[in-house]
Amino acid sequence: MSGAYTFVVTTFPFLWQGLMITLAVSGAVVVISLVTGSLAGIGLAYGPWWIRLPLRIFSDVLRGTPLLVVIFTIYYLLPFAGLNLQPMPSVVLALVAFKTAHVGEITRGALQSIAPGQTDAAKAIGLTFAQRMTTVILPLATRRFLPPWINSVTDTVKGSALVSLVGIVDLMLAAQQVIGRTYEPMPVYLLTAGIYFVINYSLSLASRRLEARYAYIRE
Amino acid sequence: MTYHVNFNFVWKYADKLYWGLLLSIELALISIAIGCVIGFGLAVVHNDGHPWLRRAVSAYVEFIRNVPLLLLIYLVFYGLPSIGGLTLDATGSFVLTLSVYSGAYLVEVFRAGLAAVPKGVVDAGKAIGLTAWQRLIHVRFPTMIRIVLPSLSNAFISLFKDTSLASVIAVPELTFGANWIKTNTFRAVEVWIVVAGVYLVVGYALLAALRLLERVLMPGRRT
Repeated sequence: MSGAYTFVVTTFPFLWQGLMITLAVSGAVVVISLVTGSLAGIGLAYGPWWIRLPLRIFSDVLRGTPLLVVIFTIYYLLPFAGLNLQPMPSVVLALVAFKTAHVGEITRGALQSIAPGQTDAAKAIGLTFAQRMTTVILPLATRRFLPPWINSVTDTVKGSALVSLVGIVDLMLAAQQVIGRTYEPMPVYLLTAGIYFVINYSLSLASRRLEARYAYIRE
Repeated sequence: MTYHVNFNFVWKYADKLYWGLLLSIELALISIAIGCVIGFGLAVVHNDGHPWLRRAVSAYVEFIRNVPLLLLIYLVFYGLPSIGGLTLDATGSFVLTLSVYSGAYLVEVFRAGLAAVPKGVVDAGKAIGLTAWQRLIHVRFPTMIRIVLPSLSNAFISLFKDTSLASVIAVPELTFGANWIKTNTFRAVEVWIVVAGVYLVVGYALLAALRLLERVLMPGRRT
């Protein structure tokens, strides 16, 4: 009893604080990359070559490099762009860049899965590009976009564990610090794994449910 | 004071990166080989096994896929020995982690592959009198492997990138080599740019090689 009590008291408050950082980092990255990634995806799908080419290079470079290397490279490269950022904003920027590439590809895939007849029909009734996007293509593409995007949110939460390697006390580093004090690795790791699991598994379930809900759509 | 970018420091220790890169590729190869065995075995269990076994396989897949790889690496390297489990050196421990990790992803790949084997082909195997085991080895496996080959290539590239995490438990692979050079020369920007480039070039070269292999193994198919 007292052993369990000590474990809870020495562990939970620290993991809780770490969890808040993990959620804040993941949340910020998810929200920002949703905006930047959707724009990148629209650019990749419909842009002229001078928009598509740089986006293609950006996307392939970031998706072809391990996230850990992206984080370190951006961390040390930013001062050359005149930005001397603290670890937190710098690492969020790295995660956002990485995620923008992935969300961009999901958006491009969703947009390109819409039958060209829809675009032709919208053009035929005289809609401009902006009108076609907002009233025809995006509502249709959203169904294709949501399930893989939620999976990518799971990846973001998992990837956010890497911020611990530049010294930000997220859930992962909080667990390490608790272990440094209590010398009880296994219970703390399992508890931490359980927390990550609950967050990500709920997201996976949501994604699966959405997929089932949109399964009737055929084009 | 301005910083003068100087790549000479990186070239001076290029052997660290070279040997690191070879180890990274090796780690990815061994892990995907073990992961394929785990993945295929469990995919068969999931397809043909008892509902309870099925649930056990699903639990394994869901757990691994929803927890960060970094945490799994720590758990196996620091956690397991602490409860009297097996004690491995860093490299062995990482290979174990990455194999179990890739196994969980490959179960899904193989399961989808097995499900995509046309029923008529399996029935034909039955008709000529093959046992369930013979059908698995001679009919379902070869048909499935052609279906999943592109997914296997992607998994391999993904695992090659994931080996960068081995650096956190001091496995001397490419990212660890980069960290070593950074610590010893303070040339952080140069070394990370070079290493990012190496991952990129080698990753895409591996992908191109695998796509070529797919074409050799599956003549007359797209991709």
